[in-house]
Amino acid sequence: MKFRHFLSVRNLLRRPVRTAALVLLSVFMSFSVFAGSVITASLRNGLESYSARLGADVVVVPYAATTKGTLESVLLQGIPGNFYMEAPLYEKIRRIEGVEVAAPQFYLASATASCCSVAVQLIGFDPDLDFSIQPWIRRSYEKELAEGDIIIGNRISMPTDRILSFYGVDCRVVAQLDETGTGLDTAIYANMDTIAAMIRGAQERNFHYFDDIDPANAVSCVMIKVKDGYDPELVAGNINIHVRKVSASKAGSMISGIAGGLKNVSAVIGLLTAVIWILAVVILAVAFAMISHERRREFAILRTIGATAGMVSGVILGEAAIQSLIGAVCGIALACLAIFPFHTAISSALGLPYLMPRISAVLLYAGLAILFTVAAAAGISAFSAHRVSRQDAGILLREDN
Amino acid sequence: MELRAEGAARFFLRKMKSSNIIYAVQKTDLTLEPGQLAVISGRSGSGKSTLLNMMCGLLKPSEGTVWADGLDLYSLGDGALSRLRNEKFGIIPQGGSGLGSLTILENVMAPALMYGKGKEIRKRAGNLLERFGIAHLSEAFPKELSGGELRRMAIARALILQPEVLFADEPTGDLDDENTALVLSVLRDAADKGAAVMLVTHEGSAAAYGDVLYAMHDGVLSGN
Ligand SMILES: Nc1ncnc2c1ncn2[C@@H]1O[C@H](COP(=O)(O)OP(=O)(O)O)[C@@H](O)[C@H]1O
Ligand SMILES: [Mg+2]
Repeated sequence: MKFRHFLSVRNLLRRPVRTAALVLLSVFMSFSVFAGSVITASLRNGLESYSARLGADVVVVPYAATTKGTLESVLLQGIPGNFYMEAPLYEKIRRIEGVEVAAPQFYLASATASCCSVAVQLIGFDPDLDFSIQPWIRRSYEKELAEGDIIIGNRISMPTDRILSFYGVDCRVVAQLDETGTGLDTAIYANMDTIAAMIRGAQERNFHYFDDIDPANAVSCVMIKVKDGYDPELVAGNINIHVRKVSASKAGSMISGIAGGLKNVSAVIGLLTAVIWILAVVILAVAFAMISHERRREFAILRTIGATAGMVSGVILGEAAIQSLIGAVCGIALACLAIFPFHTAISSALGLPYLMPRISAVLLYAGLAILFTVAAAAGISAFSAHRVSRQDAGILLREDN
Repeated sequence: MELRAEGAARFFLRKMKSSNIIYAVQKTDLTLEPGQLAVISGRSGSGKSTLLNMMCGLLKPSEGTVWADGLDLYSLGDGALSRLRNEKFGIIPQGGSGLGSLTILENVMAPALMYGKGKEIRKRAGNLLERFGIAHLSEAFPKELSGGELRRMAIARALILQPEVLFADEPTGDLDDENTALVLSVLRDAADKGAAVMLVTHEGSAAAYGDVLYAMHDGVLSGN
């Protein structure tokens, strides 16, 4: 090891309190920039996955479901919902001009089932019409869903082939879906026949979800793909005009609400990170200036025994590099502990879909956070090193002043 | 090595009633010859340290030249001048001069370690510590030593690479009689072995050890 590296390390070890204080500043810096970028990226990723999962141009729900925002709470928070419209309404919607495919879905909240401590959303779809759920299912399950087969969301932990019972209907888990970062991660999917069996079971057990609607003849919501050349906004408008007791909205507007939320959260995170960095950089600059002033004589003594100005600068920069690197790595480790185990909590606290970016992206953010943190410390200490090496050692050597 | 100051002077900027500059050292001629111990005495503030620092390449004179065997010391680049200081000069600065994060042994070896000649010097460092009676402190750190022990460490460090010129700035400043005699005899010994030695002091007893005596008064050096 070169003498100046040895000396840098020694200086850090022999001044543990000073070193710890400077390391701590670097911890704040890398923590904030890394945690901030991972959370922002996760939200952006969550939004993308949400719009992909929604997969429709227009979404139609019964009027009752809009006032309570029930569909959104199903999709975002995974709060089970029960809302229904009569089948003839569906027929009407299907015939509105501009509608290419109208895929009905049926929602049913499970009663506390054998699988899960809380009620989960059971979602039924029509395999012949569905265009939003099946492409996603295909990623983890190739075959058709038979009656009695269910596919579970990513956050339900159940092995495949496990038999679960809902309202007296035994179902077999055939696959588990990829994570979406939305409320759909706690849902269970089945085809309409399976759901119909559960509905009968629920009626027999006197669950009053259905008011006066005959569930055998009802749907919960309708996902619509519009024909080429039609504006989803107009199609939604037409549905609202011609079909009573339902509310159609452009899927885009459901997404833009979330996008707005994401923008706000990202802005707050960006601002916080900027404030932390400005503070840390100012403190670091002041600390380095004070410390190098204090250490003038130590540097001058190195010069008396033959160190060049460059070697002295090397010692100063070396110390800054080592302590900021340690701080940056610790900051990232802390951020990992603070973020990764808590994504559900973060997602529900923000009320936004949240999906971790790929590990390669996370590594990239970590690398950049380390780079920025070390570069900031190195830049600031280079300034001190320059001031020290500009002066004649004979002047630095004076003990007074 | 012969070291010769020719018209070397140094001023500093300072707010005063009459003028903004004060000459710490007026134009000075001084020659340090091998085998000679030059003693420079004078009151505090008379410019002794300033002169010593100019002689050893730590402080650029504002006027004049310092010649090292006919080479203008301050025409050298920082690299060459630092190397010269490392290999040919031994400097004992005024005051405590331990490097706080190194042990006493490492402090003494530092000039050698700095340019990668650690191994062969290890034994010599041990001998010097032995000679100055601080061998038992080799693993201690400077803050654990007394003023006299630290001064002896600084002298051992200055001697580690067998310098041709030895500079000592008030090396007996805060020492008891026993330590003072030890330090002065070590400097005398270095001169007897062929080094040029410059001793700056306000110690009266130092004159007895010197070959050439100078007095410094308000920045003016005079022989006797
Ligand atoms: N870097 C400096 N800036 C301003 N004045 C200085 C500086 N160095 C020395 N002086 C002044 O020069 C004079 C001589 O100082 P110095 O050489 O340290 O004296 P001595 O070593 O004889 O006590 C003093 O008046 C001192 O205040
Ligand atoms: Mg002095």
